[in-house]
Amino acid sequence: MYNPYSLEGKTILITGASSGIGRATAIECSKLGARCIITARNQERLQQTLNQLEGDGHIQIFADLTKKDELENLINQTPKIDGLVNSAGIVYSKPITFIKQDDLDKIFSINTYAPIILTKSLIKQKKINKRGSIVIISSIASDTQTPGNTIYGMAKSALACFTRYCALELAQNKIRVNSIHPGMINTEMTANICISKEEIEIDKNTYPLKRYGEPQEIAWAIIYLLSDASSFVTGSKLTIDGGKSLI
Amino acid sequence: MDINEFITHFAEQFEETELSEFKPETKFKELDEYCSLIALKLIAMVDEEYDITIKGNDIRNSNTIEDLFNIVKNKE
Ligand SMILES: NC(=O)c1ccc[n+]([C@@H]2O[C@H](COP(=O)([O-])OP(=O)(O)OC[C@H]3O[C@@H](n4cnc5c(N)ncnc54)[C@H](OP(=O)(O)O)[C@@H]3O)[C@@H](O)[C@H]2O)c1
Repeated sequence: MYNPYSLEGKTILITGASSGIGRATAIECSKLGARCIITARNQERLQQTLNQLEGDGHIQIFADLTKKDELENLINQTPKIDGLVNSAGIVYSKPITFIKQDDLDKIFSINTYAPIILTKSLIKQKKINKRGSIVIISSIASDTQTPGNTIYGMAKSALACFTRYCALELAQNKIRVNSIHPGMINTEMTANICISKEEIEIDKNTYPLKRYGEPQEIAWAIIYLLSDASSFVTGSKLTIDGGKSLI
Repeated sequence: MDINEFITHFAEQFEETELSEFKPETKFKELDEYCSLIALKLIAMVDEEYDITIKGNDIRNSNTIEDLFNIVKNKE
């Protein structure tokens, strides 16, 4: 069957695969023929993802990406891959007057440093095949402001900036690098951040499409960027936010 | 934990509201100045002053300042 979005024959490493966008991405990738290497900390939830994958040969590797030895173990265990999806991340709200050095360290470690070191190490060890694709999950918070979201927004901006530099340098390796900038998506992450149900409804109404997105709606864009359908796309930023950044 | 001290810290998160408005029975969400940023500041204040973690849910479940005080106190 003709399908330029097929992932048949590709091996994809997905971080943050125990939940939300990472989990949906792993499931959808497997449905399009990919072999998935999935990683996260929570063993039970990662196993649940593994159980939902179609096809054979998928592998799970437990790792806290902020712990040097666990990150190294993940890098060493990872076979040669064709795609990398950096989805692991946390959300964190702190009004500026309360920010401490520890908060900065905590958020930047997982949201910025971990994907940078993982990406760099896999390239250095030549584990990403030529014509491979790296997808980085940033956020609309990288260029829009909501109160309390400073550190998260800065960490996601840094990641978007990394994407562009990475795309430039890795063009030599024929590896493409792009970032995806989601608006609010219904996942574990968003379940506990708003103050009240009413505020969530009000917030949803600020989206031109009058709703939040679903994890699959991000996964399908990730799949486009992983597939050969996007073979001329690198260094680009794909916003998926139901029109939120238009207003 | 002392409620008066809690009210002082609580009031520090506001800029416009008169100090006299802050009483144990004050329905803080009805104060003109109250907004989601203040809710975040309250959560951060409780963390910084009392080393206690409260969530959006705890704010959601409080009507008065005393309600929130009791939630924090119960977590001590
Ligand atoms: N949901 C949204 O509205 C939204 C919007 C814009 C951008 N994003 C971004 O999209 C990405 C995925 O978010 P999501 O909504 O899918 O969140 P989620 O459901 O909370 O999932 C986050 C994932 O990250 C993993 N993770 C967190 N800390 C980790 C650590 N130290 N080491 C290894 N893995 C870790 C978690 O796994 P374990 O807990 O098992 O380790 C989990 O699998 C994040 O980068 C987020 O910033 C989300």
